[in-house]
Amino acid sequence: MTATTPSNAVNAPVASTSVGDLVSQPYRYGFVTDIDTEKIAKGLSEEVVRLISAKKNEPQFLLDFRLRAFRQWQRMTEPDWAAVGYPPIDYQDIVYYAAPKQQEKKASLDEVDPKLLETFDKLGIPLSEQKRLSNVAVDAVFDSVSIATTYKEKLAEHGVIFCSFSEAVEEHPELIERYLGSVVPIADNYFAALNSAVFSDGSFVFIPKGVTCPMDLSTYFRINSGDTGQFERTLIVAEEGASVSYLEGCTAPMFDTNQLHAAVVELVALDDASIKYSTVQNWYAGDENGKGGIYNFVTKRGLCKGPRSHISWTQVETGSSITWKYPSCVLAGADSVGEFYSVALTNNCQQADTGTKMVHVGERTRSTIVSKGISAGRSSNSYRGLVQLGPKARGARNYSQCDSMLIGDQAAANTYPYIRSQQPQSAVEHEASTCRISEDQLFYLQSRGIAFEEAVSMMVSGFCRDVFNQLPLEFAAEADKLLALKLEGSVG
Amino acid sequence: MTESVSASPALLEVIDLRACVADQEILCGVSLTVRAGEIHAVMGRNGSGKSTLSKVIAGHPSYTVTAGSICFNGVDVEEMSPEERSRAGLFLGFQYPVEIPGVSNLEFLRVATNARRQAQGLEELDTFSFEDHLQQRLELVQMDPSFLERSLNEGFSGGEKKRNEILQMALLEPVVAILDETDSGLDIDALRIVAEGVNQLAGSSNATLLITHYQRLLDAITPHYVHVMAHGRILRTGGPELAHELERRGYDWVDEEAGVSSRTSAEVSA
Repeated sequence: MTATTPSNAVNAPVASTSVGDLVSQPYRYGFVTDIDTEKIAKGLSEEVVRLISAKKNEPQFLLDFRLRAFRQWQRMTEPDWAAVGYPPIDYQDIVYYAAPKQQEKKASLDEVDPKLLETFDKLGIPLSEQKRLSNVAVDAVFDSVSIATTYKEKLAEHGVIFCSFSEAVEEHPELIERYLGSVVPIADNYFAALNSAVFSDGSFVFIPKGVTCPMDLSTYFRINSGDTGQFERTLIVAEEGASVSYLEGCTAPMFDTNQLHAAVVELVALDDASIKYSTVQNWYAGDENGKGGIYNFVTKRGLCKGPRSHISWTQVETGSSITWKYPSCVLAGADSVGEFYSVALTNNCQQADTGTKMVHVGERTRSTIVSKGISAGRSSNSYRGLVQLGPKARGARNYSQCDSMLIGDQAAANTYPYIRSQQPQSAVEHEASTCRISEDQLFYLQSRGIAFEEAVSMMVSGFCRDVFNQLPLEFAAEADKLLALKLEGSVG
Repeated sequence: MTESVSASPALLEVIDLRACVADQEILCGVSLTVRAGEIHAVMGRNGSGKSTLSKVIAGHPSYTVTAGSICFNGVDVEEMSPEERSRAGLFLGFQYPVEIPGVSNLEFLRVATNARRQAQGLEELDTFSFEDHLQQRLELVQMDPSFLERSLNEGFSGGEKKRNEILQMALLEPVVAILDETDSGLDIDALRIVAEGVNQLAGSSNATLLITHYQRLLDAITPHYVHVMAHGRILRTGGPELAHELERRGYDWVDEEAGVSSRTSAEVSA
């Protein structure tokens, strides 16, 4: 069945309950690390913003940035246009800074609290010299601070800077001042303004002119505290002719309260530079009745500043109670290319409103959008995308493909594509489809000896193949497994 | 029944089977015994319950068995899932094989073959040895290897889908193969390829149950028994000549005679 725009599809009841049973599986990363944490008092005020900045010994420009953002945020209202529903968030009931207590400066990993290393071990992200991943450099962020970054020295030999945001502020303030807020201005949206005021840590990547980053870079975000919001900030700059592949992973413990996560990611690609940003998001999604889970309100945007630059977003979104996220590309440089490949899986009571914006400014800019939404349980999964072609974007092209898959009889899928063109000499193509895993398809695979759950996972990974093909090799298999795990259920 | 054939072991025994879908009874007491080395044909009009019989035997979840039993290789299959039945050697060739986008045909064939091999206590085949294993069977159904790279049945023509079914049968080496209207929608050449495949795979230790509307498949594959189904039961059983008679006279006379004496036909089929 092909859906027109905007489309809305709700599942019809299925004959057998077996597909409907295929929901929910225990969350693997739900443990809490018992560690002394330094927290400031709940609530948000100018004093809190000043306190965060002071705790981090920040230069004046950064404090000013935060204060401007805070004042801006106070004048803004929370957006309500997304197809998600949740009780009002009490912004005064959130802790805006939490950090595991440890000695101030870590010369080496040996000084990092073993409990923290153990936590990341358990999450499959070993940081110690012996066990760490051989071809990926990792920045590990625990609550509000970065714990450790691996392979820093090796990367430095190539001139690549990969460190925590706080460290970058201390050591490369000129780069931060130059690029921070240059892609996502403080007034961009409510959550971006909030983040700009209170962000704690995150990752900074700088690839100098002409350098191809010798290994994949990765940041792993872990929320540990139950009442702490996580507001991290990532900034990646690729200079002329540079290229990098970056991966972000996220998990959180199971709490029956909701935690707010409002991150901002900014990417800047200069002439001929290329940035590939992949996310495997597995925040805690809440229980099968929708209790608990992360509210994920994230602003991600890339600026293809120079001609022939290239930014590619790949995301696999499986967690969070609510996902509100639109990784976007501003295609300013002529002949620049933006890509968005997304798999969003929702189950139980999860709600996802996710998609992208492709803003074509320069001539002959090209963008590709491939979105795959999978809804199971009572979840709701919406694609929302904007393709905008400005008056100077002569010869620009976009291709969008939005497919939805429904599992069970109570899930919903929506597609909201917006196309705005001010340039007659441009081409926009949009395709959308909705399908349901049918009893007959499952029976067909089963009647060839393939077990029910394997049959579902074969079909789901088949559905997502176009997106998984875009992930770095090591993570494609992981993503495949993660989806299978998320759908694994109480099938008798 | 001739002595030599009836002495071979029963591979499929359907006894007084009743089944319904959404509270409507489709099978109203079907009995059928298929022995090793035999080829049976079940004929009948649309809606007579032929396809339902095949799906119920394979374990389709939409149908509920309300009475009777199905024994496969001496085991009651009631508690067995469709995949368990398949691994045990039961094969259903579909009338309308569904399209499964995104799932590669080659990968599907390999996973299915290995599921069956595992149940047979055979070693699983890796990608390379599977391709060798596949090669000769591709020739049997004269299938172009390019089909393997495509998504399962997606965009296949009717004939290609049916040949893919026979290819699966050749790979899974079933004990009992049920082919549901495998001949429908086939041109002469495809029909010949399918029939040759079935004939080559039929042996003394397995059995085939053909479900068909028409005589033309039975010109190429000679069954030992022909059963006529109507109104959810088998009304008459005979030898290959019965198919010719049906071709000549249609199905009405079977109904009429059954109306007089349905007990007799039930006894014959048992």
